[in-house]
Order: sequence, then structure tokens, then C-alpha cells
Amino acid sequence: MIEMILRKVEKLDAQIAELENETAEVTNDLVKAVGHSSEVLEETEDEYASWKEHNKEISKLKSMREYFLSECRNLAPDERVFLARHAMRPHVDDFIDGLFTDFFEQKGDHLFDEDKSIYGGIARFHGIPVTVIGHRKGHTIEENMEYNFGMPCPEGYRKALRLMNQAEKFKRPIITFIDTPGAYPGMEAEEHGQGEAIAVNLAKMSQFHVPVISVITGEGNSGGALAIGVANRVLMLENAVYSILSPEGFASILWKDSERRKEACELMKLTALDLREAGVCDEVVKEPLGGAQRDYSAVMRNLDVALWKHLSELKQMSPAKVKNDRQMKYRKIG
Amino acid sequence: MVSLTNTISFPIDFRKDIDEEIVKKDKEPVFVTCKTCKRRSLKKDWKDNYYVCPNCGKYSTISAYYRLSLILDPRSFKELNANMKASDPMEFPEYKEKLQKQKKETGLEEAAVTATGKIGGHKVTVIVLDSRFFMGSMSTIVGEKVTRAVEYATKKKTPLIIFSASGGARMQEGIYSLMQMAKTAAAVEEFNASGGLYISYLTHPTTGGVTASFASLGDITLAEPGALIGFAGPRVIEQTIHKKLPKGFQRSEYLESHGFVDKIVPRSEMRETLLKLIELHQA
Repeated sequence: MIEMILRKVEKLDAQIAELENETAEVTNDLVKAVGHSSEVLEETEDEYASWKEHNKEISKLKSMREYFLSECRNLAPDERVFLARHAMRPHVDDFIDGLFTDFFEQKGDHLFDEDKSIYGGIARFHGIPVTVIGHRKGHTIEENMEYNFGMPCPEGYRKALRLMNQAEKFKRPIITFIDTPGAYPGMEAEEHGQGEAIAVNLAKMSQFHVPVISVITGEGNSGGALAIGVANRVLMLENAVYSILSPEGFASILWKDSERRKEACELMKLTALDLREAGVCDEVVKEPLGGAQRDYSAVMRNLDVALWKHLSELKQMSPAKVKNDRQMKYRKIG
Repeated sequence: MVSLTNTISFPIDFRKDIDEEIVKKDKEPVFVTCKTCKRRSLKKDWKDNYYVCPNCGKYSTISAYYRLSLILDPRSFKELNANMKASDPMEFPEYKEKLQKQKKETGLEEAAVTATGKIGGHKVTVIVLDSRFFMGSMSTIVGEKVTRAVEYATKKKTPLIIFSASGGARMQEGIYSLMQMAKTAAAVEEFNASGGLYISYLTHPTTGGVTASFASLGDITLAEPGALIGFAGPRVIEQTIHKKLPKGFQRSEYLESHGFVDKIVPRSEMRETLLKLIELHQA
């Protein structure tokens, strides 16, 4: 359903953009003409008529677009999964560009390897130095391959921990962006201690005295998401999802049939609103109609406000209170 | 070897028959045939060998209470939070019925049994996951019982021993199951910070969210021979990498040689190994 709507909307986007381009040219001509004399104006009468026609057409297409987008107001869980995985959805690098300044990337776990599926470093948020870390997916298939589709190996989690330990040392708040199909289920990942790496991150993250805020921006699946997500505050973009594993995996484990993913989506309670109700998510951050990929700057504005609000609250707490606040968030569940 | 004659009274009959995934029943009820080595032997011989095949050494699953009876001093067992009942936080279809069925079959309220007792006179806190109940998967109650027991060990300053056995997350409890990983790991880390000794004993199978939380955080990590231990299941890995996994991959011995297990300890040496370690940590 959402796929169809988005296809129509994207087609309209293209038509509108084309018409607007043409109109802009005509407008330019007209403006120039008006600047000269009234005689020339008569010559441009035809052009003026077509300009009016264009504008009418544009507003017609725009209202059509509005109509289609309004269908996106109440999305089903599986439609949100579709948006959460959209290739053009903003990812960690986009968030770093859009929300932070002075980013300095830190690479490697300094033990064995550099895992590109985790991206992070130091940056300023509203002028304050923070440590920022996220799963990196990339937008194109080449980037996806390079970043292993955002599925970290133990080295990625250990890199994240190295960065977070430094944040604790230098008293920098930690902001993480979560968007992963899960930890990579590969042979080497197992041999290098995937379970151990995640476990250690969970244990250590529970101890930090600096504020930790996590934003689920796309899909947050399994321990692979939680490994950088033990936070004082968990924010979720409106169409992001957070769950024990992918709906396909869920269906295949429960019913031995991954085709039943839509049904799984309904049962899993994985949407931002569900998780807000469950007490896992603290704030749902609004996305533009039709998904975050449609307007990055709107997403950045909304997220900036939410992040700053929560960070300001957490900065009021003593370091011991910050640690306790985070532990209590999870202690209360179950 | 310390005598294992059990005089502890347990709330249920823990002496269940041998796991039927491991052995085949015989026409004559005193015999069973091991599915691994295909050899026939007396049930009694399995029992005397702690439910390990007397011929080939294949391990059968044992119940949580039976395991406790093998390690604790007679009459020292006291169960913690015994009455915590399984919950259904997502109101998942057919889950309540399944829970009922498992309760009836195993006599357990949930997949974790938590207890305090003594080993060689030393007070300990012990957590045992029982794989017969929902594959020992992490439910909110399993997470809560584990957390409470770890907190108990922190408060009472006793060593902590956890026998893990888990298929991973409890699917029917969704995100609540996932959150137990953070909760239990935090409790273990607090215990760790208090200076307590945590011995993590991995038994077949230890996978998923349990591996990626408390099971991997021990000061000492022991494993039962031949146990499957990992984060991702072997089938998922094979589907991802489109290759057959080598023999023995993710087994205790493989983990030991890859640097994640201190020692593989057979069931028969379980109690004396624990006792030795506890005494080595006495000031």
C-alpha cells in the first residue's frame, strides 16, 4: 500500500519539479521583460498566459500529492517497517551532518579491525562536545555492501565501546543512532565473540555517569541494536521500529514461514507508538508525511528540538543520578 | 569426588527420565539406546553417570533441580522467588495455553530456578536455566528472577553461579524479552563492581540474548562438554554465508580453543571445580 502511494507521490514530485523549473524560467523572462518597458509586456502576453497555466497545473498536482500523502496518516505496522528500511531514509552520516558540527571520526576498535558498519566520533551538539555513534547502512547498494548493511561484527561493538569509554572519561554525553537489521550472523563474528562483545557493551553502558540518549532512526533489531542502545532516553522517529528480531525472522521462528511477515508485524508491537506505551521509548519524533526520506531538514529540526530537550534535562542531574536513572529505566521493565 | 547422594528435598520430582532427544526408549523399560552411539545400556548406568551416556559420553539434558542437587550441600537448598509466575506482557495469541502446557510437562513455573545454598559450607547464590521450559528462553520473568538473584548475591556478598541454557529470546514477549538483556547485564555489572565472584557455567544450548548478556560476563567461564554456545544459531549463519559450518563449530571445545572458555568441566567434576574456585577466591 505505502509502496504504491510513494510511487505515485514520487512521480508527482518529479512532474511538479519539472513544471516549477519551466515556470521559473518563464518567471525570469517575465521579470526581465517587466524591467524593460510596457511594449515588451504585450509581446510576452502568451508567455504570461502559459505561466498562469503552469501555476494552475502545479497547484493541481500539489493538491493531488497532498491527497495521496494524507493516506499516510495512519500507517500499518508493516508499512512503517517499509519506511524504516527505505534506502533514502536519513542515516547516521546524514544525522551527523544535519545536527552536529566539528565532527571528528574515530576509527577502529584498536584491537583487531575497523568495522565500517559502526560510524562514530566526537562532535559538537549546540556547541557542547559529545560522542556520537551509529549503525551505518549507506544509501546505495555499493555503500550497503561496504558497510555490511549496518550489521556489525564484534569489532564494531568494541569500537563503539572504546568511543563510549572515552566519552565517560572526558565527561561527554553520548548520543547513538540505531538502525540495524541485527548483529552480523557470520562465522568469524561468532569466532570473535559476537555474544561477548554485545554483553560487555550492555554491562558497561549501564555504568556510565554521562547522559546517554539513543535515537532509533530506522529498524532496531535484536541485541545488535541494544548493544549501543542502553540509554537514559530512547527516542524513536515516528516510522522507526524496534524489536527482538526482524519480522521475517520472527515469522520463520514462530511459524516456520517468513512469508507471514505482515502478520508478524501486527503481533510484534514494534512501532514507535507501541514502544512508547511499553515504556521503552520516551519520545516519538514526528516525521514528514510519507516518511523521513521526503524531507531531511524537517526531520533534523524535530529531532534537534527533542534531543536538546532531553539532553538539557539530563545535564541537570548529578553523575550518580544519571547512572541510576539509566539503570532504573531497564530495572522497571518486567 | 564428593558424595552426591541427595538428601535435599525438592519441590518436584526432578528425577525425570533421560531426555528422549538423546536416547531411544527400549521395549524393556530398564534399558535405553543412545541415539549418538546407538549402544544399548541400563538406564541406571546413565543415572549413575549423571545422565551422560556411559558408552560415548553424550550429554543428556538435566532438570534445574537435579543440577542443583548435584552441586549443593545436603539440606542447604532454599529457592528464591519460587512463586513468581510466568507473565504474558504482549497478550500474545496462544501463549498462555503454551505456558500452561509447559508448566504441566516440566513442573516448573518458568525457565529459571534461582536458589541459595551451600557448596562445601560456603554460601552461594545459584541460577539455573532449564532448557525443558520454552528452551530456557529469556522471558520477563526469567530476566526478573535472574536480576533478583544477582541482586541477592550482591547484597548477601555470596559468590554467584549461573548455569545458562537458552535458545535465546522468548519470541512471545517481544521487546520485553530484549530489555531483559540490559537489565540482567546491569545487575551482573553491579555485582562485579561489588567485588563478588561470578562463575558462568555454559550448558547446552547457550545462545542468543542469554549469550549476549549475563552468560558472557563471568569472571570464570566454564562449559559442559559438547554444548552449543553462540550468539546466532548455526542455521541462521549457514543461510547468511551460504556455506556449511565446520564440524564442532560453536561447541564448547571450539569456544575453548578460540579463547572464550576457561575450562571444559564434565558434570562429574562440576561440584569439586566450583568448590575449588570458591575457595581460591576466599581472602
